[in-house]
Amino acid sequence: MVLFPAVVAQFVAGALLLVGLRRRPAIGALVGLAVLAASTAVVATRGIGASTTLTETVGWLSTLGFDLVFELDGFAVLMALIVLVLGFGVLLYSLAYFEHDSTYARFVGLFMAFAGSMTGLVLAADLFTMFVFWELTSICSFLLIGLNDKSESARQSAVRALLTTGAGGLCLLGAVGILQVELGTTAFADLVALQPTGAVMDAAIVLILLGAFTKSAQFPFHFWLPGAMAAPTPVSAYLHSATMVKAGIVLLARMSPVFGQSDLWRWWVVLAGVATMLIGGWRALRQTDAKLLLAHSTVSQLGLLTVLVGLGWSTALYAGVAHLVAHAVFKVALFLGVGVIDHELGTRDVTKIGAARRRAPLVVAALGASTLSMAGMIPLFGFVTKEKALVAVLDAEVGAAGTVALVGVVLGSVLSVAYSARFLHALLSEPDRGEHDAVANHHEHHESSVLTRVLLGAPVLVPAAASLLFGLIATRVGKWLVAPSTSLAGSAKSKLVLWPGINDALIISAIVIVVGAVIGWRAPLSVAAPHGKHRSRGERSFDAVYDATLGLAKRLTRVTQPGSLPMYVAVTSLTVAVVAIAALAVDGWPAFEGFVSDSPLTIAVTVLTIAVSIGVAVVSARFTAAVFLGGVGYGAAVLFLMRGAPDLALTQVLVETLTIVIFLLAMRSMPHSFAPASSWAPKTVRIAVSLLVGIVVPLLVLSVHGARTAPSVAEDYAPRSISEAGGANLVNVILVDFRGFDTMGEITVLAVAALGVVNLVRAAERHRRQRERENSNASAAAGSATGDVS
Amino acid sequence: MSLSLLILVGVLFSVGTYLLMERSLTRVALGVGVLGNAVNLLIVAAGSRPDEAPIIGRSGELTDPLPQALVLTAIVIGFALLSFVLALAWRNWSITENDEVEDDLEDRIVARRAEKNSKRGDVPHHEDVEQ
Repeated sequence: MVLFPAVVAQFVAGALLLVGLRRRPAIGALVGLAVLAASTAVVATRGIGASTTLTETVGWLSTLGFDLVFELDGFAVLMALIVLVLGFGVLLYSLAYFEHDSTYARFVGLFMAFAGSMTGLVLAADLFTMFVFWELTSICSFLLIGLNDKSESARQSAVRALLTTGAGGLCLLGAVGILQVELGTTAFADLVALQPTGAVMDAAIVLILLGAFTKSAQFPFHFWLPGAMAAPTPVSAYLHSATMVKAGIVLLARMSPVFGQSDLWRWWVVLAGVATMLIGGWRALRQTDAKLLLAHSTVSQLGLLTVLVGLGWSTALYAGVAHLVAHAVFKVALFLGVGVIDHELGTRDVTKIGAARRRAPLVVAALGASTLSMAGMIPLFGFVTKEKALVAVLDAEVGAAGTVALVGVVLGSVLSVAYSARFLHALLSEPDRGEHDAVANHHEHHESSVLTRVLLGAPVLVPAAASLLFGLIATRVGKWLVAPSTSLAGSAKSKLVLWPGINDALIISAIVIVVGAVIGWRAPLSVAAPHGKHRSRGERSFDAVYDATLGLAKRLTRVTQPGSLPMYVAVTSLTVAVVAIAALAVDGWPAFEGFVSDSPLTIAVTVLTIAVSIGVAVVSARFTAAVFLGGVGYGAAVLFLMRGAPDLALTQVLVETLTIVIFLLAMRSMPHSFAPASSWAPKTVRIAVSLLVGIVVPLLVLSVHGARTAPSVAEDYAPRSISEAGGANLVNVILVDFRGFDTMGEITVLAVAALGVVNLVRAAERHRRQRERENSNASAAAGSATGDVS
Repeated sequence: MSLSLLILVGVLFSVGTYLLMERSLTRVALGVGVLGNAVNLLIVAAGSRPDEAPIIGRSGELTDPLPQALVLTAIVIGFALLSFVLALAWRNWSITENDEVEDDLEDRIVARRAEKNSKRGDVPHHEDVEQ
């Protein structure tokens, strides 16, 4: 067993760092790097080129059919390597990016926990396991977006992200339930083999898609991702660009071979993906914050991945896997590079970042290469994968959905070339003089050491170089990607080439690049309305729903909880009565039969007790009411006696007598009659509620009476009573012997109540004496005053 | 099952519930007492048959002692509870010269906060505490 320990090690490291190494976060980060490297080694040695697929099951809720199952198939190897290697790079980068304070310690701990969650997610062999880690990534994301917990906007963004992805997680749980109940399995391999269809499966499809769309920020849930940019740059680069937002794509990739042939699935995927591509691309053209520009470009790229992976066409799936790699590589470099610029210049404004060329030429070059990869320019890897995507969509024989997908991909590509061109324009533009000085000022305060520059630069340069290298050796990379995509669907086998020759896709690409570049280069860098200050439409809609929900809860509280305790009693009683009546109506009313004949004496005592009890409720004199209550108790005692319960009768008489005494003691200074108190409801309502309770309870008693099937435990006590306990009275023997500890508990309750009573009475007495003293002082003062006047 | 006991239990439950919904603490205490008696009678009536007292050596069928053991405990605990409620009523009276169950202040505060927020109409987060 190696996979589970590899996942758990990261959580353990995270937990340890959060608790133990708070004061030495740099050491914590080094420990985290070691754990990530070890996990990478495990995945690489056991996964790459392995003849058999490694599978591990960790028993959890085995009786319910829920276990944690991990499988290191081709796709899992690819995704785990992306997660772990990029995690390593980003953690390295964070060492120089953060100041080493308690926030950084929290970051490192949460970062490791996230890496563990994401590793578990991509290694999951069934939907249940994936769901568990899916939720963990949501929680880690929430905590990391809100890392700067002193900023209100960061907290709000964190809440939006959590609730949106959390709602999607609930949908996914629903799908897990449906699949488990209907098919008895959630294992991906089983599902692919079963190819389930039908109305119930359609519900599962919708739930799965909702889960994937919320996680991967697909329209109309795209709004939370730009908001998540409130997190520090390493978090944005890792979670909200390269890994976590890919979780939805991973889910789509796993389920596409199962449901990909369903029209419902295909249309939802295509429409949501195309809408996301276009909206993200359009918004990216209008951002003034370079990081937000990249965030919107991520949204757009996720739309493209959704279409490719979800289309249910084998070549598209292959192209999707390839583009997923390309995107992870160029996007992590872009985010980290913008972080370096931010670090160097103190700004991310697209009109000012041009100044970075002189300060960090290598990083800017890396940014340029990655941007070209994002735009799909030859010879970078992004070109290869985008060509493959275009070819796949052109060839896809999936009906009208394929046409929509084609149009969407072409338009989306125009936009992605455009925002890439705009970003390049920003990098290459000359900042005006004043800003130059401001930047120079920032620089004087901010001299970076060589180590800092290496730690910040390497994680940008290496993936940028990879974008170029992967493009140049595209054929070989294409062969590496065969195993991952065929592990998803056996037919998803294809290849990559750097230069495909002149074909339809290349001609389309050329047009796309020309049009996009013109649009992007001419797009203004400075946009009038600073977008970052305002909430987007999606965020406003989310907030409206959020506020409405909280408002409704508060209004409901105000109506149902006005503070009147008697009303609470009424509502509770009424609820119990109504629920009981509903249950009886469903289960059948009890039969009025099997009554024993009551003796005339029983009937007489019952009638008397009823009369006295009504007296308790109606008399207005306190003493009389208390005495009537005693009467009810004595009536009960007589009835106990007649039913063969002499011990009860004896106890009841004693207790009832004491009760009357205590009542009299408590009420001796109160007025003779009850004051007519204001009430929350007219008397008729109160009478109606109490009558209902009085009817329901006997009905319930009737229906449970005779429901007993097992013999009483007391039958075991009877033969042992004399020999073991030395007593003939079974009730007494049970209380003091067989269940002696229960009686001790009872005595404890009595003692506690007695202590309470004593304290309450003493406090009241103290208060009383104090008031009497004040009164007598006051009257003395008044007396002396009148004396003076006379 | 005895029909007369069943009716008695119903009446006692009605009376007890009615008294619990009163504002006077003394009457609430009375309601607690009545409900206690009702439940005890209910358990004895529903849980056992009216046979001979469960004492070994008696002739005839002995009734089940288990409900009796339960109810005996319940009588005593009920007494403790009633004493405590009466002590509360007594204290309330001594301090406030008032025998009424007052409205729950916390609930009122929540209600008022809800009103205020619905007027302000935005996300009820705390203010920024930027350093």
